Amino acid sequence: MFAYIVRRALQSILVMAAVAFVAFALFQYMGDPINQMVAQDASAAEREALRRTLGLDRPFYVQFLVFLKNLMTGNFGFSFRIGTPVAQIIAERLPATLELVLVAALFALFIGVPAGVYTGLHRHGAMSRFMLTVSLIGVSLPTFLIGILLILIFAVLLGWLPSFGRGQTVQLGFWSTGFLTASGLKALILPSITLGLFQTTLIMRLVRSEMLEVLRSDYIKFARARGLTNRAINFGHALKNTLVPVITIAGLQIGGLIAFAIITETVFQWPGMGFLFITAIQFVDVPVMSSYLVLVALFFVLINLVVDLLYFAVDPRLRVERSVSAH
Amino acid sequence: MAIWRNFTDLVRRFLASDVYYSFKRSPTVVVAFALTMLFMVSAAFAPWIVPHNTYEVATLNLMDAFLPPAWVQGGKLTYLLGTDDQGRDVFSTIILGARVSLLVGFASVALALTMGVALGLIAGYVGGVTDSVIMRVADVKLSFPAILIVLLIDGVARGILPRDVHDKAAVYVIVLAIGLSTWIQYARTVRGLTLVEKNKEYVQAARVIGLHPMLIMFRHVLPNVMGPVLVIGTLGLGIAVLTESTLSFLGVGVPPTEPSLGTLIRIGNNFLFSGEWWMAIFPGLFLVILVLSVNLLGDWLRDALNPKLR
Repeated sequence: MFAYIVRRALQSILVMAAVAFVAFALFQYMGDPINQMVAQDASAAEREALRRTLGLDRPFYVQFLVFLKNLMTGNFGFSFRIGTPVAQIIAERLPATLELVLVAALFALFIGVPAGVYTGLHRHGAMSRFMLTVSLIGVSLPTFLIGILLILIFAVLLGWLPSFGRGQTVQLGFWSTGFLTASGLKALILPSITLGLFQTTLIMRLVRSEMLEVLRSDYIKFARARGLTNRAINFGHALKNTLVPVITIAGLQIGGLIAFAIITETVFQWPGMGFLFITAIQFVDVPVMSSYLVLVALFFVLINLVVDLLYFAVDPRLRVERSVSAH
Repeated sequence: MAIWRNFTDLVRRFLASDVYYSFKRSPTVVVAFALTMLFMVSAAFAPWIVPHNTYEVATLNLMDAFLPPAWVQGGKLTYLLGTDDQGRDVFSTIILGARVSLLVGFASVALALTMGVALGLIAGYVGGVTDSVIMRVADVKLSFPAILIVLLIDGVARGILPRDVHDKAAVYVIVLAIGLSTWIQYARTVRGLTLVEKNKEYVQAARVIGLHPMLIMFRHVLPNVMGPVLVIGTLGLGIAVLTESTLSFLGVGVPPTEPSLGTLIRIGNNFLFSGEWWMAIFPGLFLVILVLSVNLLGDWLRDALNPKLR
C-alpha cells in the first residue's frame, strides 16, 4: 500500500511537471512579451536591455526553473488584457466556481443516489422506465442547451429565478460567498442544476447497475432467508456495498464538474474561473490561460490522489490483501 | 459482372446476418437510423436543397428579420421556422449548419480513429518500451476532460496564427483539437484486443512464414479488432458533434460566416429575452435529434456486435 501511494504521488508530480512545461511553453512561444511591454519606437538596444533585465536571454531550462519557482510562490504574472496580477484575478474568481461546483456535486449525489436505488429496486416499474428514458435524453442534451432551456422556462417565461450572475454576495475575508443571501441562493439554483444534471444521470445509472448486481448475490438471499426487513436489506446491506464504485466515480467527476463549469459559467454569465478562461482564450491572454491550466491540473491531480486513498479507506478487501501480503 | 455478383452476394449475406436481424427487430433503431441518414443526405446536398441560400448575403432582406415561425401570428409561409436577426431563414441555416457540424464530426472521428487504431495496434503488438510510452501519454491525457484539451489546443492556435489566417483555418483547428483529444479511447481498446489476438494461431502462423510485422498488424490483426472500433467511432461521432457545437456556442469554434448548429444557438441565445425563442430552440432541437439518433445507433451496434449479449 505504501509503495502504491508513493508511485501514485510520483505519477502526480510527473503530470504536474508536464502541465507546467506546457504552460511554460505557452508563455515562451506565443507572442514576444517584449513587444507587449516596450513602446512602438523602442530601439533594438533598449529591447535587448529589457530582455536581459527580465532574464529572457538565459538558457531556456534556467527560465523554466525560474517559472516553476514563480508558480510555487503564487506569482502567476500579469494579465495581458487587464494588466492586474493573475493571482489576484483568480483569487477573486475562485470562490464563485468552487461554490457552484460544490452545489452541483451535492445536487448530483442527493438526486442521483436515491434515483439509482429506486430504479434498481423497481426494475420494471413505469416510474423507473420514465426516469431511465429521461436520463438518456439528458445525456444527449449538451450542457449549454440545458442551461438555455432552463433560462427560457424559469427566467423568461415564469420569471421565478435570475438568469445571470451570482446575486448579492457577502465578503468573508478573501472569500466572497453567495450562500448567505436570498438572492445569492436563488442565483445558484439554475446554474448548479445545469452543471450537475449530467453527473446526476451518471450516478443514477451507476447506482442502479450496482444495485442490480448486488441484489443478485448470495448474501442478500441469505439476508432475506433470515427474515430481515426489506429496509434493512436494501439500505443496510445492498446500498452500502454499491457505494465503493460510486465514491470513485463521484470523486473523479468533481474534476469533470470544474471543466464543464466553463460552459455553465458562460451560459449564466457566472463570474468564475471558467468564464475567465474563455475570455482569456478569445483575447489570447496567455498568462491567464496558463495559470488556469496549472491550477485546474493541480485540482485534478489532488482529486485523483484523494480518491485513490479513499478507495483504501472504504474497501475492507484492499486492507485485508495488504495484511495478507505483509505476512 | 463479377463485381456485381460479388456485390449482390454481399447484400444477400448481410440480409441473412444476425446484425440485420437485430436491426429489424428494434423499431427505435430503425427510426434512429432513418433520421441519421436523413441528416447525412440533407447535409451532403444542403446547398441544393435549402429553400434560401443564407450564405448569399445579397439575397437577404433585412425587412424579413425576426419573423416568427410560419404557424405563429405574423409568420410567413416561405420562412417555415422563422428568420433570424439578419433575415436569414432559420430552417435553411439549420440544414447548412448541420452540414458544418457533421463535416467537423466526421473529419475529427476519422483523425482520432486513424491515430488511435494505429497507435493501439503498435502498442499492443510491439509491446515493451513503445507500449509504455504510448500508454503513459494516454494516461496523462485521460486524467483531463477532453473539452479542456480541445479548448487549450484552440487557444494555442489562436495565439500562433494571425487573426485572418485563423478565421480561415478555424474548422481545421477544431478538427485537429477534437481528434487529438479523443484518440485515446480507440488506442486503449485496440491495444487490449491486439494483446489477445497476438497469441492466436493465425498470427503465429503469419509470423512463422516470415511476414513483415507491419503487414501482420494491418492486414491480419486489424480486421479482427474493427468491430469495437466501429462502435466507438459511432458514439464518437455524437460526442464530436456535441463538442464542436459547444465550442461554437462558447464563441471559440467555427467563424460566424458559415455557422454550425452551435453558432446558431449562440446567436439565438442573444435574443432569448426579447421573446424570439425560435432562433435558439430550433437549432437546439435539431442538434438533440441528431445526437440522440447517433447515440441510439451506437448503443445498438455495441449490443449487436457483442456475441456475449446474444
